[in-house]
Amino acid sequence: MTSGTNELDLQKVGVRGINETLQKLPKNTNQRHWLVKNPMGQHAIAVGLDGPLAIDIQGHVGFYCGGMNKESEIIIHGHAGVGVAENMMSGLIWVKGNASESAGATGNGGLLIIDGDASSRCGISMKGIDIVVGGSVGHMSAFMAQRGNLVVCGNAGEALGDSIYEARLYVKGKAANLGADCIEKEMRSEHFEDLAKLLERAKRKERPEDFRRYGSARKLYNFNVDHADAY
Amino acid sequence: MCGIVGLYVKNPKLKSKLGKLFKPMIIEMTNRGPDSAGVAIYRNPVKKNETKFSLAHNDPAFDWKKIDVGLERTLKCDCRITKIGNHCILVTNAKEKAVTDWLRKHFPEVRVVGSGHTIEIFKETGLPANVYEKFNLDEAQGTHIIGHTRMATESAVTTAGSHPFATGADLCLVHNGSLSNHNRLRENLRRKGMEFQTENDTEVAAAYMTWKLRQGASLKETLQDALKDLDGFYTFLVGTHDGFAVVRDPIACKHAVIAENDDYVAMATEYRAIAHLPGADKAKIWEPEPVKIYTWGGKA
Repeated sequence: MTSGTNELDLQKVGVRGINETLQKLPKNTNQRHWLVKNPMGQHAIAVGLDGPLAIDIQGHVGFYCGGMNKESEIIIHGHAGVGVAENMMSGLIWVKGNASESAGATGNGGLLIIDGDASSRCGISMKGIDIVVGGSVGHMSAFMAQRGNLVVCGNAGEALGDSIYEARLYVKGKAANLGADCIEKEMRSEHFEDLAKLLERAKRKERPEDFRRYGSARKLYNFNVDHADAY
Repeated sequence: MCGIVGLYVKNPKLKSKLGKLFKPMIIEMTNRGPDSAGVAIYRNPVKKNETKFSLAHNDPAFDWKKIDVGLERTLKCDCRITKIGNHCILVTNAKEKAVTDWLRKHFPEVRVVGSGHTIEIFKETGLPANVYEKFNLDEAQGTHIIGHTRMATESAVTTAGSHPFATGADLCLVHNGSLSNHNRLRENLRRKGMEFQTENDTEVAAAYMTWKLRQGASLKETLQDALKDLDGFYTFLVGTHDGFAVVRDPIACKHAVIAENDDYVAMATEYRAIAHLPGADKAKIWEPEPVKIYTWGGKA
């Protein structure tokens, strides 16, 4: 094969056929660009990739698309089902439509961009992933988020950042309410810089100064000696 | 688990293909619910003074003629019957209550699975593909259809425990999830005169809605009250005489996705059920929000 674009038709080879082909490629392959046709909402498409591939998925995908991704750039030209980019390690996943619940769940690294809305629990337990959502996110987003950035250009649903650890949440619109131990925080110069870079990478037109930052009050997960009697 | 699917066609040209369009949708949900399957289809409206009953009997060889003749003789009414699988569609100009009372007295083993002017409900244990074939749904025409594939968790795998559950005239309910307060609620509803055929949680939700609607509440009010009174996990799809409604509990962990274009609105537990529809790849697709009541086709 040449180093041009390679095609995989899910109707013909199935999900396993696609994942097997992509996972078997050596790290230094010159077959980097792949088109996935007819995804038909099937689950676990292009999961467990470990190398710098560029995957274009032409349609809507089911659950867990791009899970555990390392280094690859996956573009989903449509809607993404539950848990897109779950546990992503690095690389980029770009959803051109909306995403269902738990987008970017437990992600360790890399960047997840969702052009439309993300549903509930976006960035749940995120551990270092960056997520940029062009629309709004649903309730319980960034629940127990530990590290990384969640940027929401629309509004955030109820209980944003409930039980949050050290992730940074930026919301341009309104947050319906904040979860336990999540508070609004001052936007300092490093936050404007980080946010500007993320917005630029996601090709967003929003201005960093229009966002508010939320994060942990650090009262829930830090041991406070004054509460020793409670244990 | 369980899978729910609904299709409401806006484009009149698609009415004749409703059964064919819906078949791959419900079959795609087989691995979410291989225990039993059921559909409610809205077609062939009867005259104003008539009622259409969907009846079921465990014995496929049951002679439905006995019902036809018996009802006509006792209630001095006209009846038409159409046998489909182990179900029968009965159309009569007799009073609905008189018919159900008569059936209970003379044929207690016959189950009334639905009633109204347009609704027909078919449900049976087994794989969705087999159920679909048994009731000859491939050829079905109509405006909308909703279906369910069940993986039983709360009660036994029986035809009576299969969905959809009727909730009043031309109304039915399919459910993905499980209710946690159904035993107490069933007792409360029994005291109000509601009757139950199974230990199933969804039957309680259906009875609750039936009771609310009988009290004079609108469908929207009923669903709003259901959000307060039903505890547990649920994505509900409610079939109405002219469309359907979708509602999810506040936590919304039971999956749901909606696709809409100029030709149709489709709802399913997973998008892969919808993917088989023509034009689905270009449709607007989103996950319905929790505690929000979505309705299509007429007023709720």
